[in-house]
Amino acid sequence: MNLVVNGKETNITDGLTVSQLLVQENVKMPDMVSVELNGQILKRTKFEETTLKDDDKVEFIYFMGGGSVVN
Amino acid sequence: MSLTEQQIERYSRHIILEQVGGTGQEKLLSSKVLIIGAGGLGAPAGLYLAAAGVGTIGIVDSDKVDLSNLQRQIIHHTNDVGVEKVKSAENKMRAINPDITIRTYQTRVNAENISDIIRQYDFVIDGTDNFPAKFLINDACYFNKVPFSHAGILRFHGQLITVLPGETTCYRCIFNSPPPANAVPSCSQAGVLGVLAGVIGSLQATEAIKYLLGIGDLLTNTLLTYDALTMDVRKVRLNRNANCPLCGENPQITELKDEKQVVCDLKNCKC
Ligand SMILES: [Zn+2]
Repeated sequence: MNLVVNGKETNITDGLTVSQLLVQENVKMPDMVSVELNGQILKRTKFEETTLKDDDKVEFIYFMGGGSVVN
Repeated sequence: MSLTEQQIERYSRHIILEQVGGTGQEKLLSSKVLIIGAGGLGAPAGLYLAAAGVGTIGIVDSDKVDLSNLQRQIIHHTNDVGVEKVKSAENKMRAINPDITIRTYQTRVNAENISDIIRQYDFVIDGTDNFPAKFLINDACYFNKVPFSHAGILRFHGQLITVLPGETTCYRCIFNSPPPANAVPSCSQAGVLGVLAGVIGSLQATEAIKYLLGIGDLLTNTLLTYDALTMDVRKVRLNRNANCPLCGENPQITELKDEKQVVCDLKNCKC
């Protein structure tokens, strides 16, 4: 099935959860990412149990500081 | 307030803009903007806001200029190394525009002092480089109803969002709380392209000016993301979060408190 991940069409296997998508999309630091699913921020505790559906729009939003090493 | 002949000349490229005009320039001259952090993001913001004739600009920073800052913090010059950042920034802003008032705060914002400072300003620019400060600014601006621009930069990526507290998506709507210590990038994964600070800090200054003039569309409920490697610029719609611990339906945060600092020190890092 097809998803839109960060604005890009992405083909994934059916039944993938948000947690699994984070792995598949090679997100190295999932704790540094907030996930928006179809316009709503998804609670971190729901990543495991939320199964993605065809045409879902997913945004990974990354924590960013100021580029300093003190982050 | 009416503009002097000198001011009309200095700000002529603003004044001839239909959306600014003499009235808009007078508005800027009577406005107050606070820049928290005289670093990568605060540097271009400070320079442009001073040049634009924002009448009162406050700058908060507790640090001194370090040689490693100069790669991106363009308000500081080589001979400023060792000088207080607020002093160094003040000197450059005054040199650009002696017409305006600069207030310096040689301190680090914390839960005790931040409200008294931000309350005196119309708009705040978050130019800090650490998560506890970013959450503190978000919360303090919410409790004091001061609009602000949040931004972050890392490696080749930058992002920013404008927050009208209580009306539009806040930082905690997106991120509940600071990331856990073990999740924060190690030094080898950190770093930033210097010019990125200039791009994003200048966009923050643009948002401040638009807010003060009441023109255009602010980056509210919208995160602008910029990837310098691919030159992808995206606007990500982010709706307010009913579960936001600060501005949601059942707020758990009802007063200011300092979040813990998570430190990765390059000099002592084993990464
Ligand atoms: Zn919120």
